[in-house]
Amino acid sequence: MLGGLVMSMAGGFVDDLLRVLLLRDYNTRVVVAGVTLLGLAAGLVGSFMLLRKRALVSDAVSHAMLPGIVMGFFVIVAVGGTGRSLVALLGGAAAFGVLGALCIIAIRRYTRLKDDVALAVVLGVFFGLGIAMLGVAQRMEQAQVAGLDRLIYGKAATMQPTDAWTILIAAAGALVVSVALFKEFALICFDEQYARARGWPVAAIDLVMMGLAVLVTVVGLRAVGLILVVALLIIPAAAARFWTDRLLVMTVVAALVGMVSGYVGASVSGLFDVATGPVIVLAAAAVFVVSLVAGARRGLAVRLVSYLRLRRRTAMQHLLRAMYEQRERAGGAGASVEELMRWRSWSRPAAHRLLRRARRRGWVEAGQGRRWRLTEAGLAEAGRLVRNHRLWEMYLIEHADIAPSHVDRDADTIEHVLGEAMVRRLEQLVEARAMPASPHAIGEEGG
Amino acid sequence: MTWHPYDTWIVIIGALAATACALPGCFLVLRRMSLMGDAIAHAVLPGIVVAFVLTQSRASLPMFLGAVVVGIVTAVLTHWVQHTGKVESQAALGVVFTSLFALGLILMDRFASAVHLDLDCVLYGALEIAPLGNRVPLLGLDVPQPVIVNGAMLLVNVGVLTLFYKELKVSSFDPALATSLGINADVMHYLLMGLVAATVVAAFESVGSILVVAMLIVPGAAAYLLTDRLSVMLVLAAVIAIASAVLGHVGAVLAPVVVGYDTLTSGMMAVAAGLLLLVAMLAGPRHGIVSRAIGQLGLGVRVAQQDLLGLLYRLEESRAAKGRGEVGLARRQAMALLALGPVRAWLVLDGLRRREAVQRDAGRYVLTDAGRDEARSLVRSHRLWETYLQQYAGLRADHLHLSAERLEHATDEAMQRELADRTGSPRHDPQGRQIPE
Repeated sequence: MLGGLVMSMAGGFVDDLLRVLLLRDYNTRVVVAGVTLLGLAAGLVGSFMLLRKRALVSDAVSHAMLPGIVMGFFVIVAVGGTGRSLVALLGGAAAFGVLGALCIIAIRRYTRLKDDVALAVVLGVFFGLGIAMLGVAQRMEQAQVAGLDRLIYGKAATMQPTDAWTILIAAAGALVVSVALFKEFALICFDEQYARARGWPVAAIDLVMMGLAVLVTVVGLRAVGLILVVALLIIPAAAARFWTDRLLVMTVVAALVGMVSGYVGASVSGLFDVATGPVIVLAAAAVFVVSLVAGARRGLAVRLVSYLRLRRRTAMQHLLRAMYEQRERAGGAGASVEELMRWRSWSRPAAHRLLRRARRRGWVEAGQGRRWRLTEAGLAEAGRLVRNHRLWEMYLIEHADIAPSHVDRDADTIEHVLGEAMVRRLEQLVEARAMPASPHAIGEEGG
Repeated sequence: MTWHPYDTWIVIIGALAATACALPGCFLVLRRMSLMGDAIAHAVLPGIVVAFVLTQSRASLPMFLGAVVVGIVTAVLTHWVQHTGKVESQAALGVVFTSLFALGLILMDRFASAVHLDLDCVLYGALEIAPLGNRVPLLGLDVPQPVIVNGAMLLVNVGVLTLFYKELKVSSFDPALATSLGINADVMHYLLMGLVAATVVAAFESVGSILVVAMLIVPGAAAYLLTDRLSVMLVLAAVIAIASAVLGHVGAVLAPVVVGYDTLTSGMMAVAAGLLLLVAMLAGPRHGIVSRAIGQLGLGVRVAQQDLLGLLYRLEESRAAKGRGEVGLARRQAMALLALGPVRAWLVLDGLRRREAVQRDAGRYVLTDAGRDEARSLVRSHRLWETYLQQYAGLRADHLHLSAERLEHATDEAMQRELADRTGSPRHDPQGRQIPE
């Protein structure tokens, strides 16, 4: 009987799940469609804002919208409306959003206050003004102010078809403008100076970009509220950045991340009866964390792997060079681990590990009496490395006027990345023979 | 509209909270971390909720500790995402604080909504009713509890900032120097972050997060426009914070008279701070927009006056050479030649007349003796520069005039002598015109 209860509960849940995920309810369909489109538009516009290093402009601008919302409310009350006309509220929000953006630009341009201060003061003062006005509004018509609260904290669950349509239109607008001005946006994101020098109207392009951010913020107010809409403009774009270095790909990925976050957020909140906005943001944050770790281009895992690979290669090359120079000094009898340890700050296990790895690659072989020798192949590879190292040292001494006692460390870091072409150029510059002698004393003081 | 005793308490609480915020805020402004205050103010929400859920009470201390911990976590996470994750700094901050805020909202929704951990109260504060709560006897006065809380926070801030003044100063202006002096810049960073988080939370309950966010940055920003010295900036920021609290509450008390309805004091205080910032932007002594505009206007007028004197001198020269030509310039001619509007014409021409460098003779402006001396010196500078630029900078003959035209205004006697020495005290400039002595 208990089992039957569990079964029916589980069955109920599965029903719920399918009902929400497959969008069987009209209401769910509206909400999911609305926030998914919002995520798309925000990801798209947010990409440009992120690359323009203006990610938090949307934060300041969205806070600056509060007095506009209340102003819209006052206007409605003044003309005898009900205080529920969304158009007036959002119109006021948009107007003050633009005003806030203009204030930011003006402060940056005409005072010596920096970017971050401009954002913070606009945010604080405008929001304070909004709170003061809200205080007035709350004492006017208690019941109708509830509509204002919905815009501050957002309430996706009560979205109407008109809201979804509004978002659809705004998203389509943002998409069209972004595609049409893609080249211009890309240019000022990456090289503002060049754009200026070529005579592009940078200020106007900037204004259009900020206008898009205001647009997304305004339509997002209704769904997720004025604080969390900022998250949708920042997080998907920041997550997308880990996957690619190409702007076009990044905008597409950011839009997708935004869409998925919106869809997941709306579904989960529909299932578990929690507020939609925060769930959407947390969904996006989860994608961000995954991207941070696993992003194909700049994710931690990829960078860690390439770092470890480089470190292994560097260590191996140091071993080969140490063996080569030991051979120069002491002849072909090979080197003991103790002798090698004097060249570098290797621990004994580390030195053994390195030697074993070198043996697997066929570069060293065990000689007599616990000594290690370079094989033929190892000798060739080590010779090449030592030669690169010394070429660079000679170049520094002859052309950069650096004292012979100071060149070793510098050459030590660069020897691993000298390409073929660079080596040939160095050969010409320092007129090198087959294998130059080291230009400084080498040996136990560190080689 | 009347002023009650509790209005005084409201102003005192507001002023204490505002000052407590403004002092560490100055360092946020200088370190270009202004948005950290806003971020921490949002991000501490999960800390408050978790502390509440764990202790099941609205006691202040656990919430305070929870919020401070999350505040510092915000700073650490942001730093980590920015440097290890290589995310742009604003975006890193944005990702962290919005996520934490969202987490806080959900936690509150799930666990704390039943007990009215009121979001509105966090946002707007309850400054109006703050004096009506618990009272604590202090120095023979019945002091409202928020006064004690915010006053204590102010004392802590003043104490820590005084104690680490030098370290914070050096690490704010020159982190590399700080490191070489043996100051751990990271420790200073997190000390400041901890202080900001504690201040934000301490002020939350009584004045609301919005006032905190505004007061952290706006007084510091205004003070930054008024001075170039850190110690002066801190004092000014405190003064501006106090003035904002007073003006804001006066505004709130007057509001019913003006608009017919009460408003919220915390919002008005933020607005007052914004207005003071606007005044500083416009009227600041050195960096203000107005004073810079006046300085530029003054410079423009001085340059135009000198150009006019040079022009009159050259007219006299050519008249003496040719033996004919008109005497002086009519006002309209002068305005056309120097492209002056009526206002600047007044400043330039009447300014010159007032200091008796020119005089009006039959409706035309001519040089006085004193004016001629000044003009001669200018023309000498101009022609010496032309000679120098030709000899040393190798400018083409048709490029000399414009450069000399700019440089002559910035040439004093010592430089004139130096130019003469370098060019071998020539008698004629490259165009063959005489260089006056």
